[in-house]
Amino acid sequence: MSDSLSKLEKRTAYTLVLPAVLLVFAIVLFPIFANVWISFKDIELKDIRIPEPRAKKIVKSISENQSELKIIYKLRNSSLIQEIRNVQFQDKFPTNVSPVNLDPRCAFQSKKVVCNFGNWQAKYRENFEITIQNNNGEIINKKIIKSQKPILSGKADNPLLTTNFTLENFKKVFYENNFVELLLTTFYFTFFGTVGAIIFGILAAQLVNQNIQGRTYMRGILLFPYVGPVVALAYTWTLLLDPNSGTLNALLVNFNIIEQPINLLGQKYITMSILGFEFKLRLALTTVIFFEIWRYFPLAFLFILARLQAIPQSLYEAAEVDGASPIQKFIHITLPQITAIISILFMIRFIWNFNKFEDIFLLTGGASGTRTLPINVYQQGFAVSDIGMGSAVSIVIVMLLLSFMVIYFRLIGKRANEV
Amino acid sequence: MKFKSLAIFLIISSFFLTCILSIWKIMATLQGLSFTNLNITPVFLIGILLSLTFVLIGNKLNHLIKILLLSFIFSISYFYLNEASPYWYIFGVFLITLFFTNKLKKYNMQSLKEDFISEKIIFDFITLFGIVFFAFVILFPFYIMLVTSFKTQIALLVNPLDFSLDFTKSLTELFKSYFVIFETYNFGRYILISSAVSIGTVIVTLLFAIPAAYAVARLNFFGKNFLSTSILIIYMFPAIVLVIPLYTVFSQLGLRNSIFGLLIVYTATTLPVAIYMLQGYFKSIPKEIEDAGIMDGQNWFGIILKIIIPLSLPAIASVALYVFMIAWNEFLFSLMFLDSPKSFTLSRAIQYLSGDAETPRQYLMAGSVIVTLPVLFIFIYFEKYLVSGLTAGSVKE
Repeated sequence: MSDSLSKLEKRTAYTLVLPAVLLVFAIVLFPIFANVWISFKDIELKDIRIPEPRAKKIVKSISENQSELKIIYKLRNSSLIQEIRNVQFQDKFPTNVSPVNLDPRCAFQSKKVVCNFGNWQAKYRENFEITIQNNNGEIINKKIIKSQKPILSGKADNPLLTTNFTLENFKKVFYENNFVELLLTTFYFTFFGTVGAIIFGILAAQLVNQNIQGRTYMRGILLFPYVGPVVALAYTWTLLLDPNSGTLNALLVNFNIIEQPINLLGQKYITMSILGFEFKLRLALTTVIFFEIWRYFPLAFLFILARLQAIPQSLYEAAEVDGASPIQKFIHITLPQITAIISILFMIRFIWNFNKFEDIFLLTGGASGTRTLPINVYQQGFAVSDIGMGSAVSIVIVMLLLSFMVIYFRLIGKRANEV
Repeated sequence: MKFKSLAIFLIISSFFLTCILSIWKIMATLQGLSFTNLNITPVFLIGILLSLTFVLIGNKLNHLIKILLLSFIFSISYFYLNEASPYWYIFGVFLITLFFTNKLKKYNMQSLKEDFISEKIIFDFITLFGIVFFAFVILFPFYIMLVTSFKTQIALLVNPLDFSLDFTKSLTELFKSYFVIFETYNFGRYILISSAVSIGTVIVTLLFAIPAAYAVARLNFFGKNFLSTSILIIYMFPAIVLVIPLYTVFSQLGLRNSIFGLLIVYTATTLPVAIYMLQGYFKSIPKEIEDAGIMDGQNWFGIILKIIIPLSLPAIASVALYVFMIAWNEFLFSLMFLDSPKSFTLSRAIQYLSGDAETPRQYLMAGSVIVTLPVLFIFIYFEKYLVSGLTAGSVKE
């Protein structure tokens, strides 16, 4: 009895779970594996269509009385890299019209010209001609001839499914395009974006956790950048920071804080001197990191605030009795209580910042030294239109991510359960 | 000791006052007032004087009279120390000073002798300063977005600091950018598409997620633990690594430029979050209620439909809102999959607009306001649900 019940339970469970699992598999997991496949192929954006034979029909008169017409078919293989096998051609003609001197590859049967063109190499092109004439010497209507479209068919492999592989993409990823700088930029962006967001998150959570008026409003306002659409926010920032008529530069110049407008998003380096030491700051990257902090500290804030509110007030009261100063209270009571959530936040944000694409893309497009790995996927895949190369970069991202996750579960995974 | 805490008190309180007054001045500059100097040093010095007199007077005067009097004197001296400024500006200064002196209420010569008073002063004012700072830094871009949409490109190029609105103009003139983007740039269509995709995503996600979450929360089956951990891991996987394979497959299947294709992708990427959030809530529903349902001869589907869903409406609502916001804000996939203006979502349309350097910025900002407002309204109105959903069900951008 109970056995059949548990069987029923299992079956129900699978029916309930399966649709969701299949969908996620198809759209999320399958592409991750497909990346591995594509990354070993020499394939470009224009190659991803399955090759097909194409023909453009041009009709020309060759005699005065138009009882004879020449038809030129501009035949071509749509693919630049793959052949099409066994190409068949077929075109229909009106009654009483028949071809003259038909090409030996073709035959004329029941008002149709049928041709067998055999195999077409990649980039194959041919101007194929048929001369037709009216059997009764009457005028052939050009428009009717033109409106009839030829039918072509042929067999071609899906370029994605062929089995010629290459290591070229990975070689290019590691040896060209300055891979080290790419990694370093990604790392700076990820690390400083994460740390900044957490620091501001702690500060904001500390503030809102005090007994101040209107703290629910404050909590709401602090989350605005996180819930707003990235497109709107990124463009607002670009406007604000614009060197020519941006509000920020105009304000700074107006109040004589700077002499010349600074192109915060378009300048790779700026030379700073602090205490007589001169050093170069990655300006555009820093600006992008600030945007990142601005947009994501609310998340850290929300989690830390939730944790802070769960700390029993009695701890603070006891500390008060012992005569602890505010700083001592923060260091000895608050900080130990939030380290667990901070370490989780650090990892989550680290991974997500590492994958961040939209923000940088919208602010700088990856120019002025802000090219990170995800930006590179887009640039390789769609700007240079080298799909294989883009996939190879994706694979590098996935590998790095997996290693982060392993580290995460080793170091903090156990602690995560305690929270 | 007392002198040290007094000095700290004076410096830090005056510093705070200077900061708010500078922000006020910046905001006034953006209304077209031609200030060219923040005058930090004189303001800081009279701020110190103000705080000093405040503590020196102590309790000798009624608090209200004291702050009114001090603020009045301060505003007048501010007026003389600064560039010519209109009365509304000085009135703002007066109100700010009033607010500030009111905050000083708990400080007098006595309280400055307490233990750790300097740390407490610093904490107090850093809190105040922090709130002003955060509110300003967060709201300022939103403010600029809104006011830019009411200005014109030419006016902003002439004076990039003048955001004052001319209310003498007719309403159609004031809201011109909005009319233009609806008429010439077809934003009505994009709003419809964005709403259709987002609402569609919510419905389909819930259809898939509720049964799955129920199974994960309640039923025993092989591979359950594996499933719940993989849900978490799939969270971490970034959209950018999915883009190339999906793009190629969608191109071959003809799913690019279709709302349907976008809907599938959004559903699949939000499903893990939705399942995770829902199963947490389903687990909290007492099992006895379901047992009663089983007694009545309900099958599993009946139980989900008649017991689980009605009981977890708040959680379902919060997941729905959350998924709606993700789908509405989504940009990467709409950038990759849509290249015909016929099927643009709002985000993609704005990005397309910005691609043309000729597009005046007020149209761009009007579009941004349109895409931002619904999300902010939903967020403000349902903040409670959303915040609890965010913290309970972990997170997904």
